[in-house]
Amino acid sequence: MKKSTAHFALLALFVIALIPFHARAANASAAAADAPAVLLIQNATILTVSHGTIENGSILIKDGKIAEVGPSIKAPKDAQAIDAGGQFVIPGIIDCHSHIAVDGDLNEGSISVSSIVNIADILDPDDISIYRDLAGGVTVANVLHGSANAIGGQTIVIKLRWGQPASKLPFEGALPGIKFALGENPKRSNGRSGRAPRYPTTRMGVEETIRGAFAEARDYKAAWDAYNKRVAGGDKNVIPPRRDLRLEPLVEVLEGKRYVHSHCYREDEILMLLRVAKEFGFKVRTFQHVLEGYKVADEIAAAGAGASTFSDWWAYKVEAYDAIPYNAALMTRRGVVVSINSDDAEEATHLNQEAAKSIKFGGLSHDEALKLVTLNPAIQLGIDKRVGSIDVGKDADFVIYNHDPLSAYAVVQKTLIDGRVYFDRQRDIADRPAREKEKKELLQKEKKSAEKKAETGEAAKKPGEKKPEEKKPEEKKPEEKKPEEKPKPPQASAVSGGAQ
Amino acid sequence: MKNFSISRRRFPYLLCLLNVLYLPQPASAQDKSPTYAITHARIFTLSGGTIDDGTLLIRDGKILSVGAAVAAPAGAQVIDAKGLQVYPGLFDPITQMGLSEISAVPSTVDSTETGSFNPDVVAAEAILPSSEHIPVTRAAGITEVLAVPASGGFDFSGHPGILGGQASAIHLAGWTISDMLLKKSVAAVLRWPEIQTQTFDFSTFTRKQKPYAEAKQEYEKQVNELTDWLDRARHYAVALGHGGATDYQRDVKLEALVPVTRGELPVLVFADRARDIRNAVEFCEKQKLKMILAGGAEAYKVKDLLRSKSIPVILRPTLSEPADEDDPYDRSLSQPAELGSAGVKFAFGSFDNSFARRLGQQAANAVAHGLPYEEALKAVTLYPAQILGLADQVGTLDSGKIANVIVTTGDPLELTTEVRYLFIKGQLTSLDNKHKALYEKYLNRPKPQ
Repeated sequence: MKKSTAHFALLALFVIALIPFHARAANASAAAADAPAVLLIQNATILTVSHGTIENGSILIKDGKIAEVGPSIKAPKDAQAIDAGGQFVIPGIIDCHSHIAVDGDLNEGSISVSSIVNIADILDPDDISIYRDLAGGVTVANVLHGSANAIGGQTIVIKLRWGQPASKLPFEGALPGIKFALGENPKRSNGRSGRAPRYPTTRMGVEETIRGAFAEARDYKAAWDAYNKRVAGGDKNVIPPRRDLRLEPLVEVLEGKRYVHSHCYREDEILMLLRVAKEFGFKVRTFQHVLEGYKVADEIAAAGAGASTFSDWWAYKVEAYDAIPYNAALMTRRGVVVSINSDDAEEATHLNQEAAKSIKFGGLSHDEALKLVTLNPAIQLGIDKRVGSIDVGKDADFVIYNHDPLSAYAVVQKTLIDGRVYFDRQRDIADRPAREKEKKELLQKEKKSAEKKAETGEAAKKPGEKKPEEKKPEEKKPEEKKPEEKPKPPQASAVSGGAQ
Repeated sequence: MKNFSISRRRFPYLLCLLNVLYLPQPASAQDKSPTYAITHARIFTLSGGTIDDGTLLIRDGKILSVGAAVAAPAGAQVIDAKGLQVYPGLFDPITQMGLSEISAVPSTVDSTETGSFNPDVVAAEAILPSSEHIPVTRAAGITEVLAVPASGGFDFSGHPGILGGQASAIHLAGWTISDMLLKKSVAAVLRWPEIQTQTFDFSTFTRKQKPYAEAKQEYEKQVNELTDWLDRARHYAVALGHGGATDYQRDVKLEALVPVTRGELPVLVFADRARDIRNAVEFCEKQKLKMILAGGAEAYKVKDLLRSKSIPVILRPTLSEPADEDDPYDRSLSQPAELGSAGVKFAFGSFDNSFARRLGQQAANAVAHGLPYEEALKAVTLYPAQILGLADQVGTLDSGKIANVIVTTGDPLELTTEVRYLFIKGQLTSLDNKHKALYEKYLNRPKPQ
């Protein structure tokens, strides 16, 4: 008696715990698998990115890290094995410009310096884009604020640990960043007729906004340095300067504790930011989009800045009219560390294909092309000691494809983060009937309760109360979720993501 | 002031100059294009199988013959294509080619007219032959496209209306529109009205909500208006038939709709959601319109209906987000295979200019998710031609067809394949373009001191 009650209670607990989770994360089944302590991937073509290709190779993973990589590794007794015969393994794809896993709007567009706000505060672990991008092989994303301001919000690097809470998303130890934006978006050139102007409205004003903010930040830093010096010297009567949340992140930039990721298009504005950075003694970590980067590639390389660009987007606005698909290759040849990014949840699902285009446009080698979405973005984000290539000691973040990943015919079979399978195509497909069934049941339930409400509530209905048919799920227009500066052009009817 | 006016004048002049360089090389209008013999090629005819070591002859703009035993006639210009592959040029059935240059700049966009009913506006009347998009797209092996009014792309002006105008099929080369024209009026655009409870207003950048009942009422009003337009067009046709044009005031809008009401001019119906597609199919059947579906994000949900009514589909890009959050992640990728095995005829479309060169990639991704390769290849060549009623002219390598031909280093759907030669209307056409020119210019930029 006692036992069965306990069983029932346990079962109830289990069911209660399971239902909301499962209902919420319909595609999350892959995440349920826990990471084995020891995992061996066998018989794979391993594209290490850092030291060539190993045919028929193995990767041994211990506690989420790569323990051994080579042509033949003996399976330890306790190892769980993944047979990747005929398949290709690459390091997890790193998207250096993403807007996924964010709850709501990511453009604090009211002011031209919005360094007060932080994307880290609005991480949304339930955003379905996390799962979809995982299914496209993405394991790490640089989640950025929008591009509405010359100096935008603070940014964060995450791992796509689908199914985990928001607190588990941040990439441990990765330096945070801040978004800057130059050109048409911060000066609001497009599509905002009838709106009151906001300074700046010219590229001159964009420069002045950034220079002005850093002039303040430098003074602010000096005030704190003087204060700290006096305190360190034993002065007990000193009053600290008033805190300024807007300037604090800029001081971190000056101190090299926060990376600058600057949205830009035109050659002149790229050089402009380099001049401002030089004046104040900070580094531009990456130029984002940087579609005319090929025109000033030598200057970008000399400044030690990275460039994160699109594969072949062009002509959606004036500053993208000179964009060319050879950009990544041209900058690479001039010594710039280049990555290809998505700026869009859908585009992120085929970054491997976008990287491949640089073989055709500009003649990059297979390895160089693959680096554009693995090792190079890792370097740009300062996380290359942890991820970006298949080397002993690095995190066990991999993508397993059924074909050469630089082909349009390659499909992701599995994606692993920290040695744990977060996406498994076979399991996803196998789980579909159950999810379909669950959805039908939920809809049925919803319909029934609506009918019940309509029956019982008809008489007592208050004026203005919503009719049940207003809740029809079909009415939802998912493409309107994230209004941005500019939507991605290839979506026929959709207006999706992207703060280009 | 003086400097400013000079640079303003010079700017378009420079653009023109650049375009001259990109246009077909064997230029002068009087020159007769030579006979071309593409020899020792692997030829994918897409109608009569594959020839491993064959010859394709081109003369007077047409394919003269194709086969293993075909000999190059004396005087023919021979292209030794050993190791290369020959295909019909790709056909992108939905673009805004020549109608839109820089999508965010309204003064360069002529693809969407204001007002809801514009059945008489015709794409061919506003196509810019020197658009930079044309040579860029051509370099991807696309030889002909349909330029479609009100067909998407990014448009800040807002609502694309209901009857958007007439789509024109064009070759992607030519000095004037008459050189380029494949067929002036191919289909009438019908943006199927949706029941929209949520809209996004680009002028204010805000989302707007309205109750379902109100949205439905709006939808019904739009459908009634559309019905009224078609009725009036029919009456107009009858009146004309009785009395002749002199007795009646001409109405160019109704006149343009007459071939639509007779089912002679197909309607290209833009709809994505299953409910909208069903409504559109029912409407077109009742009105006896010849329907081609465009978009079709949820075409898989109504595949049996589409097959049974023989309604072909021009599919929105395979590389698109699924329509709903709880759709399988690969919903858009696997839809072509599902439609194919259900017997629905479809073609791939880019629905864009800048991304037209991803057409092959869209098809290849569908192959990766189950579509037979040959079907994918046909869905970017023969099937768009068939769906648009142009298969007697383009789409396969058969003698007598217009010689729109590409010679490639391999599979034209693969990302890394290069197009080596391209023929449009039998003319060997340049693969140079704005992007290649900028590449070469900056490849040779001297190192700064």
